[in-house]
Amino acid sequence: MTYDWQPLILTLKLAAVTTAILILIGVPLGYWLAFGRFRLKAVVETLVAMPLVLPPSVLGFYFLLAFSPKNAFGRFLDATLGLRLVFSFEGLVVASVLFSLPFMVHPVQSGFQNLPRSLMEAAYTLGLSRWRTLIRILLPNIKPSLLAGTVISFAHTIGEFGVVLMMGGSIPGVTRVASIAIYDEVESLNYSAANFYAFVLFAVSFSILLAVFFINKRALRPL
Amino acid sequence: MLELSLQKQLHTAEGNTTLNLEFDVETGQFLTLFGPSGAGKTTCLRCIAGLTEPDRGRIVVGGEVWFDRNRGINVPPQKRRVGFVFQDYALFPNLSVRENLRIALSDSKDEPYVNELLDLMGIKELERRLPSTLSGGQQQRVALARALARRPRLLLLDEPLSALDGETRLRLQNEILGIHRHLHMTTLMVSHDFGEVYRLSDQVIVIEGGRTAARGRPAEVFGNRRISGKFQFTGEVLAIAPSDVVFTLSILIGNQVVQVIATAQELRDIRVGDTVMLVSKAFNPIVMKVDRNPGP
Repeated sequence: MTYDWQPLILTLKLAAVTTAILILIGVPLGYWLAFGRFRLKAVVETLVAMPLVLPPSVLGFYFLLAFSPKNAFGRFLDATLGLRLVFSFEGLVVASVLFSLPFMVHPVQSGFQNLPRSLMEAAYTLGLSRWRTLIRILLPNIKPSLLAGTVISFAHTIGEFGVVLMMGGSIPGVTRVASIAIYDEVESLNYSAANFYAFVLFAVSFSILLAVFFINKRALRPL
Repeated sequence: MLELSLQKQLHTAEGNTTLNLEFDVETGQFLTLFGPSGAGKTTCLRCIAGLTEPDRGRIVVGGEVWFDRNRGINVPPQKRRVGFVFQDYALFPNLSVRENLRIALSDSKDEPYVNELLDLMGIKELERRLPSTLSGGQQQRVALARALARRPRLLLLDEPLSALDGETRLRLQNEILGIHRHLHMTTLMVSHDFGEVYRLSDQVIVIEGGRTAARGRPAEVFGNRRISGKFQFTGEVLAIAPSDVVFTLSILIGNQVVQVIATAQELRDIRVGDTVMLVSKAFNPIVMKVDRNPGP
């Protein structure tokens, strides 16, 4: 019996794209939260952490409302950027990025905060610009945090279900990722296919988490 | 060379005080800021480096205004050309010794200067090592070399030797002195170690409660109140052993155990574990040379 690999490929593609975007957003956001001093910092930090406690269906429901072409924001996106985010792969990416945001931002932020302040100050007195200090000094010294953030974001995106279902539905090849395929197969009593997807996801998640533990062990060793 | 006047509110464990300093330093001078912790010495250095912003005041170095509250000037630390040696050294853990120095070069082709500094500090053979593999004394040398790599106009040392043991400390004091004489670098150091202040500085400013309490050559400033014809140590009694009519006391001073004789009367209320003060007249101590000063 042959299985359809498409949902698994779609899942990995979604996780890869989401993680790449999260690195680009998470590093500046983590830096800003770690070193910035501004009034509404607590509010921003809370917003970033919200996906940790919110049921995914709640998030998905509001995304669905916000991005629907029937509403103002969705209409605006559709008209200006030609972007329709409901029931599309791009929509899944946007939702996944927001949903996994804390898993990237938190490790990066605490990585920055745990660096001795004097490293940054030494770099400044030696004439290094903020940008060069970030690239040459700060980022290389929080490598374990960056790796942990990347791996956990990736794993978390693989395991998404609620947000994806609300936002994307289950369109084969577009939004039908592996976790939803499992649900569909079980609903149609097709247990062997469900088992195939479930087992692959289990194996992938297990290997990823195992990698995280090894990374963390190495991170505990002094540089 | 350096003209400074600054005011800054300090929030210390002992409460709030205002740092209020005004002094100048001549080119090539070695000046030490001396005083109890929390007096604002480090804050003063940080203000000069641009890491802390004074509430009011003016900092001018070699005719360049680095800070002037009234004119709204506050040059960022990157543009101030200071060599700052931090108390914890702040070496970059991801870079080798050589790279730690190279990153500070304003002209990346100035490799020969890096070699010169590595030689000068005697750390050439460590150039490929990462900071975490170095001893405290070696890290200190790298930190000093790195601060010099920038060709600073002003060298700022924040308690540079406080984390080192006695012997290493002495050796590095000599090296700092040697470098200062070699490069004629205007240097400001923060210290609360008498020996260090005496050996290194041309001038000392005593800061107490955020203000200048005294200024002058170390011998003038400390001369009256600190020099006496007595040795005085504090130590812990380790053992009391009777010998004939007197007692032998073993006392731990620093990490050295000293044996002294005491009478029963003196020992009346001294027990093992007590902290005692040991005072002796310095009429006829034995003076022996241990090391030659590698000066010019």
